[in-house]
Amino acid sequence: MLSIQHLTKSFGGLKATDDVSLDFPGGSLTAVIGPNGAGKSTFFNLISGALTPDGGKILLDGADLAGRSPPEIMRRGIGRAFQVASIFPTLTVQETMLAAVCADQRRNSILHRRFPLVETRDRAEHAMEMLGLASKRHRVAATLSHGDQKLLDIALALVLDPKVLLLDEPTAGMGPEERWRMIEKVHELWEKQKITVVFIEHDMDIVFKIAPSIVVLCYGRILATGTPDAIRSDNAVIDAYLGTEEGGAA
Amino acid sequence: MTELQADRPTGTLSAPRFQAEAKRSRYLDLSVALATFAVLAILPFVSGSKALLDFVIRCSAYGLFTTSLNLLIGYTGMISFGHGMFFGIGAYSFGLIMQRVGVPIPVAFVATLAITAVIAAVIGAICVRLKEIYFAFVTLAFQMLIHSTILSWASFTGGDQGLRGGLPRPPFLGIDLSNQLHLYLASCALLVVGLLAMRQIAQSPFGYTLRMIRDNPARASFIGVEVWRAKLTIFVLAALFASMGGMVMALFVSGAYPEFAYWTISGEAIFINMLGGVTTFLGPMVGTVLLLILNDTVTRLTEYYGIVLGIVILFFAIGLRKGLMDFVVERIAARNDRAGKRGRT
Repeated sequence: MLSIQHLTKSFGGLKATDDVSLDFPGGSLTAVIGPNGAGKSTFFNLISGALTPDGGKILLDGADLAGRSPPEIMRRGIGRAFQVASIFPTLTVQETMLAAVCADQRRNSILHRRFPLVETRDRAEHAMEMLGLASKRHRVAATLSHGDQKLLDIALALVLDPKVLLLDEPTAGMGPEERWRMIEKVHELWEKQKITVVFIEHDMDIVFKIAPSIVVLCYGRILATGTPDAIRSDNAVIDAYLGTEEGGAA
Repeated sequence: MTELQADRPTGTLSAPRFQAEAKRSRYLDLSVALATFAVLAILPFVSGSKALLDFVIRCSAYGLFTTSLNLLIGYTGMISFGHGMFFGIGAYSFGLIMQRVGVPIPVAFVATLAITAVIAAVIGAICVRLKEIYFAFVTLAFQMLIHSTILSWASFTGGDQGLRGGLPRPPFLGIDLSNQLHLYLASCALLVVGLLAMRQIAQSPFGYTLRMIRDNPARASFIGVEVWRAKLTIFVLAALFASMGGMVMALFVSGAYPEFAYWTISGEAIFINMLGGVTTFLGPMVGTVLLLILNDTVTRLTEYYGIVLGIVILFFAIGLRKGLMDFVVERIAARNDRAGKRGRT
C-alpha cells in the first residue's frame, strides 16, 4: 500500500502541495481531480521523484521513498505515465518494450551480448498484449497515432511490473470516443494486473463512472476524498470545483 | 477482452527465433569484417601503389576516430566538440612511451589505452552532466587545455615542434611496423577490429540504452537508467577508440604534432560525421573516405582548399540536410517499400 504523510512542496511562496496525507490501499483505483493549478501534477512529480518534497513521507509498503531519485523509486515499484506521452521517438514499439525490460532487469549495461536479450521477451510481449500494441510492434514510435503513443507510454510504465501505477491524464488530448476506449483500457489493466492505479482526469463523467474512490485537490490541499457519491454531494467540492456543473452532473 | 483478442500479435518472436536473430546479426557483422579485411589485405599485392596504402592507413586512423565520435553524437546525442583531444592524447602518449621508455609496441599500445581511459574518466565526470551546448563548450575547453599544455610543456612534448626524430618501432612477433606493408596490414586489422568492437557496443543492450538516452533522457531515467553513468561509460569507451586512431596516426607519421590535439581536428571529425551521416553505423567511415579523397584531390588542384570544403559543407547542410549514408539508406528503404507494395498487390 502507498501511504502519503504530510507531503509538502513550495515553489517560492506558492504552496503547490500543502500537507497532503493520503492512503492508497493495495489494488485500489483512485482518480485525482481538481481545477487547473490544484497541484495534481506536482503531487505525481513528488511521488515519482521528479521533484524532491520539502517535507513529509512517501511510504510504499512501509519504506520511505521521499527524496529518492526517479530510477530508485521506479525500482521500488512506482511506475508513471505522462500527460504528454513521453516515449522514445526513433525506437519501434517492440524495441521500446525490450529495452525497458532490459533496464529493469539491470541488464542495460551489458556490452558483450546482442540486443534484444531472450530473457526480456516474455515481459515485453505481455505488456504489448495488455495494451493492444502487439500488432504495431514494428512501428517506429514517432509514427504512432496520438492515442497509441499514450498507450505506449503506459506500456512503458507497466512493463516494469510496478506495484503502483501513476497515470497523469491518460486521456489528455483525445476525442470523446477515444477517451472512453482509453479509460476502459485503464480499467481493464487495473482489474487484470491487480495493481494500485492512481490517475489524474479532467472529464467528470469518466471519473464518476469508473473510479471507486476520488481525491479532490485544490490549491495544493485535499478538499475531499471518498466515493463518487460522497464527492458529488460534498458542499466544499461543489463550491470550489464542480460549481455550476453540479446540476448537469447530478 | 474482445479488443485484446482482435489485437493478437501478428509477428510474435518465439524465444528460439529470438536467439537465432541475435546470433545471425553477430555472424553477419563478423563475416563483413573478415571480407573487408581480406580485400584490404590483398590490395597491396594487386596494386603496387604506395600512395594507395598510405591513403588506407590514414583512413584507418581517421575512421576509428570519427566512428567513435558517432557513438557519442549519433547514438547518445552528446555533441562533443573536444573529441579530438583523445586522438591527440593517443598519438602523444604512444609516441612518448616509445621514445622515452622503449617498451615493445603492444605494451605501449595498452599503456596508452589505460592513460586515455583515466584522462577520459576525469574529463567525462566533469562534462557528462552538462546538457547540449554546455557539454559541447566544456569539451572544447578541455581540448584547448590539452593543446596548450602540449605547446607550453616543451621540455616533455617538444612544444610546437612536436615529437620529432622519429618513433622507434622495434619489431614484435615478426611484425615490423617500420615496414610500410606491415604497418598497412596492422592498421587495417586495427580498423576492422575497432569497428567490429564499436558495432558490438552499438548493437548491445547498452547500445539501446544509449539510444533511449538520445531520444528521451528524462524518460530513460524513469525506467531505471542511470543516465550519467551510461554517458560517462560511452564517453570513456569512445575516447579509447579515438586514442587508437591517434596511435595509428603516430605510427604512420612516426611522430606526434600539436595539430593532432588542436580543436580543428574535432571540427573535422564532426564535419566527417555530417558528411557521412550519423544515423548509420558506417556513415562516419564513408565520410572519412570521402573527406580524405576530397582533401587529397583539392589540395593537388588548388591552394584554396578551405573554399571548396566550405561549399561542400554548405551543400550537405543546406542541400541534403543529412549525410550521404542517411540519404542512401533512405532511398533503399523507399525502393524496398515500393517493391514490397507491388509484391503484395
